Amino acid sequence: MKYLSALAAAAFALLLWQAIVTLTGLPKFILPSPALVAETWWQNRALIAEHTWATALEVLIGLIIGAGLGVVTAIQLAASRTTRLLVQPLLVFTQALPVFALAPILTLWLGYGLWSKVAMAVLIIYFPVTSAFFDGLMRTPQGYLDLARTMQASPARILWHIRVPAALPALASGLRLAAVYAPIGAVIGEWVGASRGLGYLMLMANGRAKTDLMFAAMLTLGVFSILLHLVVAYLTRNLDKDSC
Amino acid sequence: MSNAPGIRVEGSASINGAPLFTPLTLKLGAGQWTCLLGGSGVGKSTVLRLISGLATGAEFNGTIAATDGAELASRVAYMAQDDLLLPWASISQNVLLGARLRGETLDADHMLRILDRVGLTEHASKKPIELSGGQRQRVALARTLMEDKPIILLDEPFSALDAQTRAAMQDLAVELLQGKTVLIVTHDPAEAARLGHAIIVMTAEGLTHCPHPSTPIPRPIDDLETLECQASLLRQLQTGAA
Repeated sequence: MKYLSALAAAAFALLLWQAIVTLTGLPKFILPSPALVAETWWQNRALIAEHTWATALEVLIGLIIGAGLGVVTAIQLAASRTTRLLVQPLLVFTQALPVFALAPILTLWLGYGLWSKVAMAVLIIYFPVTSAFFDGLMRTPQGYLDLARTMQASPARILWHIRVPAALPALASGLRLAAVYAPIGAVIGEWVGASRGLGYLMLMANGRAKTDLMFAAMLTLGVFSILLHLVVAYLTRNLDKDSC
Repeated sequence: MSNAPGIRVEGSASINGAPLFTPLTLKLGAGQWTCLLGGSGVGKSTVLRLISGLATGAEFNGTIAATDGAELASRVAYMAQDDLLLPWASISQNVLLGARLRGETLDADHMLRILDRVGLTEHASKKPIELSGGQRQRVALARTLMEDKPIILLDEPFSALDAQTRAAMQDLAVELLQGKTVLIVTHDPAEAARLGHAIIVMTAEGLTHCPHPSTPIPRPIDDLETLECQASLLRQLQTGAA
């Protein structure tokens, strides 16, 4: 049912798109038709695949590092009051900074290659993962904590055996959010300076008025993000199921 | 299990300066079931939490001590209205929770013997969600027994169960907790009349020791003396609330 409605929505969007092209008669370098975009996509499939792979690699490495850092930070924050006092305001402040504005400096520091894009993806997902998991860790049902305390459990063991498992559904929703954000981070990194990746391809195609190729790359990025989201949702399904 | 001590609670409690309960003295007989009966908000759960060493949100002025003079908090096992089973852990893991939380070696044989006593052996590897409310509360009882503590604090442990399951759980708990010092906090006069070696009604005015049948517990639900006791407890709660 969910997939049917997604297919129906896609068909509707394509129709609307085609209608706009037909009715307005816009030139194809302004708005190419869906059929032209599809044709361009097929003709350039090898090129698009190569750049998709570059972006996918940045996103996956970024996701793993960002999620890992987020998990470690959240546990550290939950375990130590001192850390909370020192680090929490700092974390909130960094969220007031536009992460996008950091992209040029990251490129300066880490170069035009893979790592400046990975860093961008990490930066963009670190906070949602940390914040979601930390919230979960701080919302352990009081009854569990009472029970554990009467069992003479140490705070570290309560954290490991009760608070962390109880917070896994919150972590799962943080990770699903991260799967959507990470590609945005990588693409912004590519816009600032890159020689590979879908973001680079979009920028290059746009610069040469190859709007059809731009659209093809953009739609590929969209499909990739949705697939990534589905994969992460699938991988984290057990975190939800066991802790309801 | 004759090493179960009595407990003496003496003092008063207040929340943000407003008195929760006036100075009171509560004595729990060694190896006996004491029922603390009262309506909502009179502070009976606070008394229980004070004994167990848990945070109460109230300020307590007084002393809580075991009659043998030894430390209290480490000799207490606690069971609440909510079964507090960890949903992600199997039944056997839930029963072993205390040992795991203390980093002790897990005694699986003992755990299986206890599961057998509460009649849940074949459910050992299931998750709590697969069990009924009564079965879950039996797991909670098994977890409490696994702790093997001389003092048992029960905070309305059976109040979420249907009448039939509740009666069965009361029988099972009395059988399995024999010889332990038990404090059961309840708002159910029938439960108090069935289970109390001592029955104490808690109202805003303080504690009242109530007469109870001299028959052994758990008293039969259709026993006339028990029913009379239940009725008089209910009357007392009504006058206390009025």
